[in-house]
Amino acid sequence: MTFQSGAKRDFQVVGKRLVRPDGIDKVTGKALYGADFSAPGMLFGRVLRSPHPHARIVSIDVSAAESLEGVKAIVTGWDLAEPEDEAIRDIRDNCLARDKVLYDGHAVAAVAATSKSIAKEAIRLIKVEYEILPHVTDVDVAFRPDAPAVQEGRSDETVPEESSPNITRRFEFGHGNLEDCFAKADKIVERSFKTAATHQGYIEPHACLASLGSDGRGELWCCTQGQYLVRTVCSEILGLEASQLRVTASEIGGGFGGKTTVFIEPVALALSGKAGRPVKLVMSREEVFRASGPTCSSSIDVKIGMTKDGRITAGEAVLRYSGGAFPCETVQFGSQAAFAAYDLDAVKTHGFNVMTNRPKEVAYRAPGAPMAVYAVESVVDELCQEFDLDPLEVRLKNAARKGTLSAYGPTFNEIGLMATLEAAKAHPHYSAPLGPNQGRGLSCGFWFNFGGNTCVSLNINSDGTVGVVEGNPDIGGSRASISMMAAEELGVPYEKVRTVIADTNTLGYNDTTDGSRVTFAVGLATIEAARDAIKEMCGRVAKLWGIDEEAVIWENGCAKPASSNAGDFEPMSLADIAAIADNTGGPIAGHYEVNADGAGVSFGVHLCDVEVDRETGSTQILRYTVFQDAGKAVHPDYVEGQMQGGAVQGIGWALNEEYIYGEDGKLQNAGFLDYRVPVASDLPQIDTVILEIPNPGHPYGVRGVGETSIVPPLAAISNAVCRATGVRMTELPLSPARLQKALQEA
Amino acid sequence: MKMIPVSTRINGDEREFLCAPDETLLDVLRDRLGLTGSKEGCGTGDCGACSVMLNGRLVCSCLVLAAESEGAEVETIEGMAEGQVLHPLQRVFIEKAALQCGICTPGILVAAKALLEKNPDPSETEIRYWLAGNLCRCTGYDKIIRAVQEAAAEIRRLQP
Amino acid sequence: MKYVRPDSYEAASALLGEETGIARILSGGTDVLVQMRSEVVEPSLIIDLKHLDGMREIVTEDGGFRIGAAVSGAQLAEHEALCAAWPGVVEAAGLIGSSQIQSRASLAGNLCNGSPAADSVPAMVAAGAVARVFGAEGFRDVPVAEIPAGPGKTNLKKGEFLISIYLPARPERAGDAYLRFIPRTEMDIAVCSAGINLVTGEDGTCTEARVALGAVAPTVILVEDAASALIGSKLDDGALKGLAAAVEAACRPIGDKRGTVEFRTKTAGVLARRAAEIAYQRAGAKR
Repeated sequence: MTFQSGAKRDFQVVGKRLVRPDGIDKVTGKALYGADFSAPGMLFGRVLRSPHPHARIVSIDVSAAESLEGVKAIVTGWDLAEPEDEAIRDIRDNCLARDKVLYDGHAVAAVAATSKSIAKEAIRLIKVEYEILPHVTDVDVAFRPDAPAVQEGRSDETVPEESSPNITRRFEFGHGNLEDCFAKADKIVERSFKTAATHQGYIEPHACLASLGSDGRGELWCCTQGQYLVRTVCSEILGLEASQLRVTASEIGGGFGGKTTVFIEPVALALSGKAGRPVKLVMSREEVFRASGPTCSSSIDVKIGMTKDGRITAGEAVLRYSGGAFPCETVQFGSQAAFAAYDLDAVKTHGFNVMTNRPKEVAYRAPGAPMAVYAVESVVDELCQEFDLDPLEVRLKNAARKGTLSAYGPTFNEIGLMATLEAAKAHPHYSAPLGPNQGRGLSCGFWFNFGGNTCVSLNINSDGTVGVVEGNPDIGGSRASISMMAAEELGVPYEKVRTVIADTNTLGYNDTTDGSRVTFAVGLATIEAARDAIKEMCGRVAKLWGIDEEAVIWENGCAKPASSNAGDFEPMSLADIAAIADNTGGPIAGHYEVNADGAGVSFGVHLCDVEVDRETGSTQILRYTVFQDAGKAVHPDYVEGQMQGGAVQGIGWALNEEYIYGEDGKLQNAGFLDYRVPVASDLPQIDTVILEIPNPGHPYGVRGVGETSIVPPLAAISNAVCRATGVRMTELPLSPARLQKALQEA
Repeated sequence: MKMIPVSTRINGDEREFLCAPDETLLDVLRDRLGLTGSKEGCGTGDCGACSVMLNGRLVCSCLVLAAESEGAEVETIEGMAEGQVLHPLQRVFIEKAALQCGICTPGILVAAKALLEKNPDPSETEIRYWLAGNLCRCTGYDKIIRAVQEAAAEIRRLQP
Repeated sequence: MKYVRPDSYEAASALLGEETGIARILSGGTDVLVQMRSEVVEPSLIIDLKHLDGMREIVTEDGGFRIGAAVSGAQLAEHEALCAAWPGVVEAAGLIGSSQIQSRASLAGNLCNGSPAADSVPAMVAAGAVARVFGAEGFRDVPVAEIPAGPGKTNLKKGEFLISIYLPARPERAGDAYLRFIPRTEMDIAVCSAGINLVTGEDGTCTEARVALGAVAPTVILVEDAASALIGSKLDDGALKGLAAAVEAACRPIGDKRGTVEFRTKTAGVLARRAAEIAYQRAGAKR
């Protein structure tokens, strides 16, 4: 059997704007999210958190809390097991501190009680004696060799001697001779940038319901981007066998990377184990901000050389990211992504992870890339201004394309950067007139896209319908796109397919929903599982017809003779074959297991018009257009949705979102009132242009689309503000106070 | 804490419950009455995910004490569809992909319905300002605004 | 915690007077419940007064408006005569929170919460609004400007609470306006703000003015020098510059997560100037 490949294929289902299967549940309030589950006899958990950014725990006295009526269990970090893996030990210590608290909001103990109000009272009765230690929350301060050590002995062999104890790892990427190539430049610009830590800001706080028996069997319902990851981490932290802990992912109320680890799940399991009753644990919004993962704060130096006709001769960057109080590798992605959009003879990036007394970083949409690309795209823009060159022409001149040796190592295959740049250039937005105090900015963006471990089972039901079982939570419409790909491949109507998300005991291991991997990797596995089922169906039909398997082909949802030579048989539909499966060998199913590669990188270009109120420093977004390569847009509505959602998160990052720490090391804005995500009235329409440059690594040409869109807004907006005001801002967010000050000084 | 008996009408049905004096309407809807369609995103009136109608006015149910709802009419997302027939807003939200994760959707639908009952033909700006108290982190609001506009047009056509 | 719905002002005052713990009046609840949820304030007594006579009504009185203490922002915006007479006050109240908050938040609650950044307060102070207070000794009328005592504090005595706010009758050629600065377009606390109320003569000369500022001092402040800069002028550039300078001189803000001292000071001047121009236009006078 051979299967038609590539995006040029004449699609019947893929590419249509179909209704999502979970739509009705989600518009009627029936869909069950993390906090919507309950169980008989359920207790309510609550976590005690450190008020100090850095302190040694001298003692914890739980006796008064324990004797409060209604309190059924209390746990501390010492109730958790000893995982072998260092990264999982870090997660454990983040869930419940042991020797030291490492940031304001770090969990210290937890209780389970018969009501929320008793749990609240019990928390206050726990007496913790702290020995306060010096703290550091700023990445540049923490980078200094004399900075207070957040943790000792966490630097690996890549870190030079005599460095700050907070530097845990150093990365280096690049190629070519920097010195020679910088010498060819007519102008070299060097700038330093700083970006604040931002939070994913999902509307649903972390929530779970845990039940753990004395026999070591557990059930966990939680909102997560990866139930298998939750199982792996929790079973190690609790000392359980993975098979005995069944994790079921609820509907998920946003994640953006932030739900790719655990915070409360092991705590709830430990409480349940002690109490012998189910325990529900839900974070408050304040806890989400103080203790779940924000992204890295960063400090970046960029140096770029350009000839006067706009050719970039060389680029170099030093990136210092703080991933909070634990080792973190996100700066690696930033160091790789910084110059990914350019075809350069010489490029080098040096990345350092620096620990600070802040919450443990968790992935946030294209983790590490937005701030790196912001710094690079700001300097490229400054060079364009210097030589009075069109910024889009300069990008076109230097754009990475097929065959480019990328700044981070691999040589690019088919990529869509040139196409997105050309589309932006041709778009009416690029030539629209601007008024006073208005400016237009642009930036490229990039994300690697992930593949990874994936299992799919596809069942042909006896009534001719199809059940797809996959293992990745549906965070934004993936049930629809997976069902569409199954329907496309099988040749059955979309409505005949139902896709469900498996729990950890129902399907083999799946990597987490991250890195824009699901539509690519689960889609690929679904198509292959469908092909497996088709093979089986063709085999059954061949037997019925008494001809060779190779003489039967699958077309438009039917098994047919390959040619008239094969014999004269009436085609049999999937439903026909399914109906008699009992008599032809039993149930029919297809499955596919893969560690998928070939995800295919994704590029985007954003155009942004702003108007600046020069007196107040306030920036208004007037017009915004996103151009992005989707490979093949399986469900264009949800592709556009990813492009728009990412762009708006980036707009928030650029303008207002930031973790604000006081001198006391405490987070000052742990709520949606002062952590300012964009609201509807802040924004114009976000226009989208989908490009389709097929990814050779996917049967339909699909690339992930979720991450790239958060990368360009930071520089696009900053560049637009610069062109509106003449002031180059080098710190994000571009808050009114900062911009007003810069405008006054200019 | 002494429990307070409360009688209300929720989505047209009489409901009686006991609540603690510090419990919010949202707590009672979710924990005592099983109406988990109203979501808690912040508990402080900043996100709008718990939006319900209280005596014909749009409120955050996290900022209403359950005891205050004595004698009140409460409408939640669970009462928006009539049996199997979705409200036009609900249907258009699905058709126009105005939701991704869906956690903000119940609150936004309740708020948008309140707007259209007050102003059947709102401008884009009016919709954006009316919904400013309903945070959505997935969509960038674009498809939400367009869906509200389209549903409004449809409702106007049906009710000339 | 107790929740009580007394059946008279007297009963409410008695309860408030007797309470030894923290008591809170529920008019709209949009601050009280946030404080409870954040565990900033844990009241032992909540007194719900919304159902009492007059608490949810707007009535005209001597050409002005008596606004019950539990009248919501949405109700204010629906009252045409009030919107025509005091657009600045109504807009200021309308800026408090979201559509959801507007269904509940009240002028009285905004005032008694004691925040120097309360949106409606500078507008009310500029308007010369008067609060009617009920206590053990019955009613007393207090200018709104005299209610705030500092962040989170009021000058109300034990057992006292607001039952209404009075906005006086408007003369001819009067206009008011309120502007605040927030980083977003909605859903923020004012970083600084300005309320302006003025009256002009037939020739467009400003004859009376009141300028009040929010979030630039421990309480909302009335700035007489700023008013003086406008009075006698036709809001020419010189007068507006004088206004901004007087405003900046009066600012003594804190620097915090919402804004620096410099930003609040400078921006308060900008807002006062812009608000003055709107108020002047509303007064029917053109520059």
